[in-house]
Amino acid sequence: MLDLAKYSSIGEAVRDALETWPGEVCLYESDRGEEKQRITYREFKERALPLAKWLQDSGFRAGDRASIIMTNQSKWLISAYAIFYCGGTLVPLDYKLKPQEQWTLLKHSGASVLITEYPIWRQLSISACRAQVPNVKTVLVTEVPANAELAGAQAWEFAKGADKPTFVPRKREDLACIVYSSGTGGTPKGCMMTHGNYLEQCVALTSIYPFWPGVKYLSILPTNHAIDFMVGFFGPFICGAAVVHLRTLRPEFVREAFPKYQITYVSLVPLVLKNLQKGLQARFDELPPGKRRIFEWLKGINKTLTKSRPILPLSRLLLKQVHAAFGGKLEAIIVGGAFTEPQTLQFFYDLGIPVANGYGLTEAGTAVTVNDLRPFRADTVGKPLPGMEVRILNPDADGIGQVSVRSKTVMPGYLNEPELTAQTIVDGWLMTGDMGRFDTTGHLQLFGRKKNMIVTEEGKNVYAEDVEQAFEGLPVKEYCVFAANYIWPSRSMLGEQLVLIIHLEPGKQFTEELRQEIAARNSRLINYKRIHGIVLYNDDFPLTASLKIIRVSLAEQLGKLNRKETIVPV
Amino acid sequence: MRSLEQTTQEILELATKHFKAAPGSLKAQDDFYKKLGIDSLQALELLSRLEDHFHIELPDYEVQGVSDFKTLAERIQARL
Repeated sequence: MLDLAKYSSIGEAVRDALETWPGEVCLYESDRGEEKQRITYREFKERALPLAKWLQDSGFRAGDRASIIMTNQSKWLISAYAIFYCGGTLVPLDYKLKPQEQWTLLKHSGASVLITEYPIWRQLSISACRAQVPNVKTVLVTEVPANAELAGAQAWEFAKGADKPTFVPRKREDLACIVYSSGTGGTPKGCMMTHGNYLEQCVALTSIYPFWPGVKYLSILPTNHAIDFMVGFFGPFICGAAVVHLRTLRPEFVREAFPKYQITYVSLVPLVLKNLQKGLQARFDELPPGKRRIFEWLKGINKTLTKSRPILPLSRLLLKQVHAAFGGKLEAIIVGGAFTEPQTLQFFYDLGIPVANGYGLTEAGTAVTVNDLRPFRADTVGKPLPGMEVRILNPDADGIGQVSVRSKTVMPGYLNEPELTAQTIVDGWLMTGDMGRFDTTGHLQLFGRKKNMIVTEEGKNVYAEDVEQAFEGLPVKEYCVFAANYIWPSRSMLGEQLVLIIHLEPGKQFTEELRQEIAARNSRLINYKRIHGIVLYNDDFPLTASLKIIRVSLAEQLGKLNRKETIVPV
Repeated sequence: MRSLEQTTQEILELATKHFKAAPGSLKAQDDFYKKLGIDSLQALELLSRLEDHFHIELPDYEVQGVSDFKTLAERIQARL
């Protein structure tokens, strides 16, 4: 691993990595079980530098912003490196967002360059919102079919400068990325992440989960997500390791990839982990009684012997077939993006497959705590990573209070949002809005949120305000959306739901017609953003002088109602 | 060549069988996440079944954001 203390920027560190391991494979790309390409560190450099030169020739300068909207693939990482090489700031956006949402964030970020894939560009280019985003001047599109209409864009594959580009150094405090943690409908929350934030986070994470040449990381979470950016790009690259990309992310191809590439690490969201658990459990249940008894006996031995720490060689020997299905080289499954049920974590650990669960948020530079597995504690999210100061604010009688974090990995603030930044980072401490406590052994346990948001099992952060647009023009006097747990605090991070609060016009009744209209609008939302119930409120919403809803007061009033009796199904 | 109606009908039948829904209970306009109570991974499993049935390849991006059978049928029809 490179000594990151010597470096000032992501670009500088990756540049050295490309020189350190020229012959090692850094990227594998497979589609539907067939390997399409493998790229060495030398080849990665040979593909990235002409793009960097092309960007420089087209006027892209230090501090300029370039966005990437792509699925997980080699060109994502090559483009990101080219941007960093030029001293640019990367704006990674979620390819799963709708075109109008992507244009909203492109506008907010001030990106002058957009690098995307043809199918995504096809949707973006015909969106009416494009005209409102004049800041995006250059669009590069990958994998353009022959004779396809480019609508003002240029083909990525031909964006090659002839000479050598000039490497542009950046300082640790300079902006590396603007990462949107939310804000597609309400206030865009663009986390300004510095090069220093990433360098510090990488040192902390690799101290517990190291990479080395020969490691193969399976990249499934979108690379725009803070976790995959760190463990599916920067982390492996500065250690000479390799990343495996699958162009078709279906459960059957993911399952095949483990033995085929002998995967070392993978990051998953809880939903995928639970799906794996379901599949494995079904196979165990099908075992004939005799084999099942032997399996349970071996699992019991494994459980006893790995109580204080994982012993992978032993587990692989005892539960050979289970480990063979995962390729036999799996060191750990990193699970993040949302809260994971302890029983799911325990299921895998009992099979000798360590699950590195943790707790983090984009604003803190990805991970804050990680389970170090010594011993494995399924009921906690682990201990703070090196360099992280974590404290519990205003703890109640049970020791539960708001989790706050201070570290060199914490962002300096939200882009163009000084007020929001001042509310979120107080005296250098990041107010996470999550409730937790430390147990006697220093492990963090989480107990719900203070924030008006939910996190789904797919790892999607959904802020209630972002969903409100969908109900604009509803024939009611007032409406707003809340996370149910924000109104009725719960000490659980599971099964979080959104509810729509409506205040009817005077004299009007809640009719079936209105319910149907709400249901129709709801179904047009992407599945994880949908509301799960309606709350009828009979008073005027508390408003500020500028007629904004005072959400805290309204939530307080609503909290006096009985949750179960109040929520009407959509 | 199949008509869009035929394609839709075959998708509905396949989904009914795969997710063990009551025969005739699924309609073209239905939101399959809601109607079948499935998550995004289960929806991906259905796509693989549909690819086998129609002998086509449906790239992930083609079905991004699709949640009703009718739109799904249109995307498949375009590739037949």
